Amino acid sequence: MSSLSISAPSWARLPRRHMPVLATLALLLVMYGIGVSQYRAFSNIQVVFNVFIDNGFLLVIAVGMTFVILTGGIDLSVGSVAAMTAMVSAWLLQSGLPALLVLVIALLIGPTLGFLMGCAIHFFDIQPFIVTLAGMFFARGMCTFISNASIPINDGFWTTMSQYRIGDPRGNFVSISVLVAFAVVLIAAYVLAYTRLGRNVYAIGGNPQSALLMGLPLGRTRIAVYTISGLCAGIGGILLSFYTLSGAPLIAIGMELDVIAAVVIGGTVLTGGSGYIFGTVLGVLVLGVIQTLITFDGSLNSWWTKIVIGGLLFAFILLQRLIGIRYK
Amino acid sequence: MTDSRPVLTMTGISKSFPGVRALHNVDFRLFPGEVHALMGENGAGKSTLIKVLTGVYGIDEGTVTLDGEQVAFNGPMQAAAAGVSTVYQEVNLCPNLSVAENIFIGREPRRLGAVNWGEVRRRARQLLARLDLDIDVTAPVASFSLAVQQMVAIARAIDVQARVLILDEPTSSLDAGEVAQLFRIMRQLRDEGIAILFVTHFLDQVYGIADRITVLRNGALVGEYPIAELPQLALVEKMIGKELDVLELMEEHPRQTATATEGGAPFVQVSNLGRRGAVAPFSLTIHAGEVVGLAGLLGSGRTEVARLLFGADRADRGEVQVDGTRTGLRNPVQAIDQGIGFCSENRRAEGIIADLSVRENMILAMQAARGWLRPIPRRRQDELVDRYIKALSIRPANPEMPVRNLSGGNQQKVLLARWLITEPRLLILDEPTRGIDIGAKAEIQKLVVQLSDGGMAVLFISAELEEVLRLSHRIAVMRDRQLVAQLDNDDTVDADRVMQTIASGAEHEEASR
Repeated sequence: MSSLSISAPSWARLPRRHMPVLATLALLLVMYGIGVSQYRAFSNIQVVFNVFIDNGFLLVIAVGMTFVILTGGIDLSVGSVAAMTAMVSAWLLQSGLPALLVLVIALLIGPTLGFLMGCAIHFFDIQPFIVTLAGMFFARGMCTFISNASIPINDGFWTTMSQYRIGDPRGNFVSISVLVAFAVVLIAAYVLAYTRLGRNVYAIGGNPQSALLMGLPLGRTRIAVYTISGLCAGIGGILLSFYTLSGAPLIAIGMELDVIAAVVIGGTVLTGGSGYIFGTVLGVLVLGVIQTLITFDGSLNSWWTKIVIGGLLFAFILLQRLIGIRYK
Repeated sequence: MTDSRPVLTMTGISKSFPGVRALHNVDFRLFPGEVHALMGENGAGKSTLIKVLTGVYGIDEGTVTLDGEQVAFNGPMQAAAAGVSTVYQEVNLCPNLSVAENIFIGREPRRLGAVNWGEVRRRARQLLARLDLDIDVTAPVASFSLAVQQMVAIARAIDVQARVLILDEPTSSLDAGEVAQLFRIMRQLRDEGIAILFVTHFLDQVYGIADRITVLRNGALVGEYPIAELPQLALVEKMIGKELDVLELMEEHPRQTATATEGGAPFVQVSNLGRRGAVAPFSLTIHAGEVVGLAGLLGSGRTEVARLLFGADRADRGEVQVDGTRTGLRNPVQAIDQGIGFCSENRRAEGIIADLSVRENMILAMQAARGWLRPIPRRRQDELVDRYIKALSIRPANPEMPVRNLSGGNQQKVLLARWLITEPRLLILDEPTRGIDIGAKAEIQKLVVQLSDGGMAVLFISAELEEVLRLSHRIAVMRDRQLVAQLDNDDTVDADRVMQTIASGAEHEEASR
């Protein structure tokens, strides 16, 4: 056992903890099954790949959100920060800066804002909801400050990243965004399960007062969590700009709510302390598959996506509550 | 043992909070290989001294030296790293994490930066084996009893190679067997050369384990004594600081005769009330002016009975009659309407609202009973609050102070006052004296007697048999979630008999009829 540090961590064996994630997994399989049985083309593997391609940025941002929600916090700024990152990229590229420099600068925005918000939350003991709401308005305002209109991106690097296909001979492919998203997911899962930072995140979500008295670095962890969420929002913003090849001031409005929905449907408890990155991946996939199903149907209004998500979200919160009561 | 140099010295420590001077010029020393009891009433400054030592609070004045070097810890983590570990009064663990992780979080064994879970589990098992505790270390801490959680907290504390181990009221939620187990561990650790600072309210425990005693009173040092030179009575005297009138009151309190209630109409009559998984169906009658004691071991269902009577849990069978009329008691509001009040055992989680002032906390239940649309006039509030601050001698006597700044015993009194203000006809007191000092204890006991003399019915729940025997007209004994016997508290009843009943459950019906 001691020779293999990859053995499952102790908490991975608590079956009740796994209930929400398993429920999400079951739901996902059922929805996929419905799709396959209803539409012949649905069984094409490219349908799955497309779900990842269309939701890569959402997945990355949801990973960051998972960290925040695990501590019992919330980050409402992620949609605006992603939009601002895309906007700044487009704007700097337009002004002729080299692509790599633009990438670095744009990627600094999210973590910087996240760090500042984390500091405000910790040092002034302000509700995360209100601090990140302020962050959301600020970042959205900065988007329109840069430009009222959408800025197209013609840069070579960006178009390559956008259009490059990694595929098999039969023509199935994924985009680079999907690989980036996978990398983020793997790193995040590792950090949460195997590093002190990750474990402190769970501890703080479980009982912040105890965590403090146990000598865990409460402030550092909280600030780190919002910084991570900011970084993920930044990466998500870059992926978004790959996806749309533009920076638009009004893009990703309300995305933070989609992200929170995905995380919660993925089994992470809003009060913190319980949840997994794997669940978040499933949550994002559930959202993506619903969208795909509605697209395949063709006759349904796209608002049906929201209606279904609303119902699911409610059902999952209810499920968590029921499990929580039994747990007590 | 004591002629070596102290491992820890605190000199001239002072600490103030807004409106309270918690510590004033306190000295304290701790030698390696001793168990040193820190004694004092609630609010004497014991917990504050510990929190100052471990860096939870900053020090206003004074110095702390560890092994001859001056130290100022910025928090429990730094203190623990320097060898000063603390187990606090309220178990401070993360309920969502596993036992093993709770022991090691913050200092998990790692390989290449990654937490080595196999090693975490292995060492946790090893450590718990040393404490004779055989539990699944991968299960979340929340799934174990408070006693086991306490042991886990101690395991966490001793793992850091502590030289100083601070146990802040570790025994207040343990039963006798668990206390013995804890003491065995404490002796073992002491013999290994660890200095143990032990805070408790149980005098017997002090004399069972401590080598030396330091007494605090009102935030000031009274003195430091070897245990052999300070008999129990003298210790109490030093803690209370006045002549022993309170104590005598406790000692000489006449056991009440059951005659007071005979002929009185029953106030609450419960028949076959029960709740699956909580309490087996039981019948119980409480008369006006009667104190019914509820005895039994930890977890025997005492609190569950109280919660059913207060409507905090819904009964799934049986019925309740109040004043001869059948009622539902489906929720606390109905219970309050019927004149039932309930002081919860868990005052921190279920009673006191720490951020509200003493006045606001006291007024809560009365306001709830009146309905929120009819505010209580401020003058009336002040009147009531002043009266009860005086009657219960709540300190500091400042109605506008946030309750969080009060000591445990005084918080308990505020909670009591909250219900007394509503002038209930039945007051349920669940462990009203747990974790509070002897002086406050005597005051609360006195109060119970006064209340019942005044015609109030009291259901008095306590783990301390002596207390139950002293106060009750009748004693109901709980065992394994069943009400096994009801004893009239006359000359034939003593601690042994109740204990036997608890142990065997075989006391028969004749006593209750």
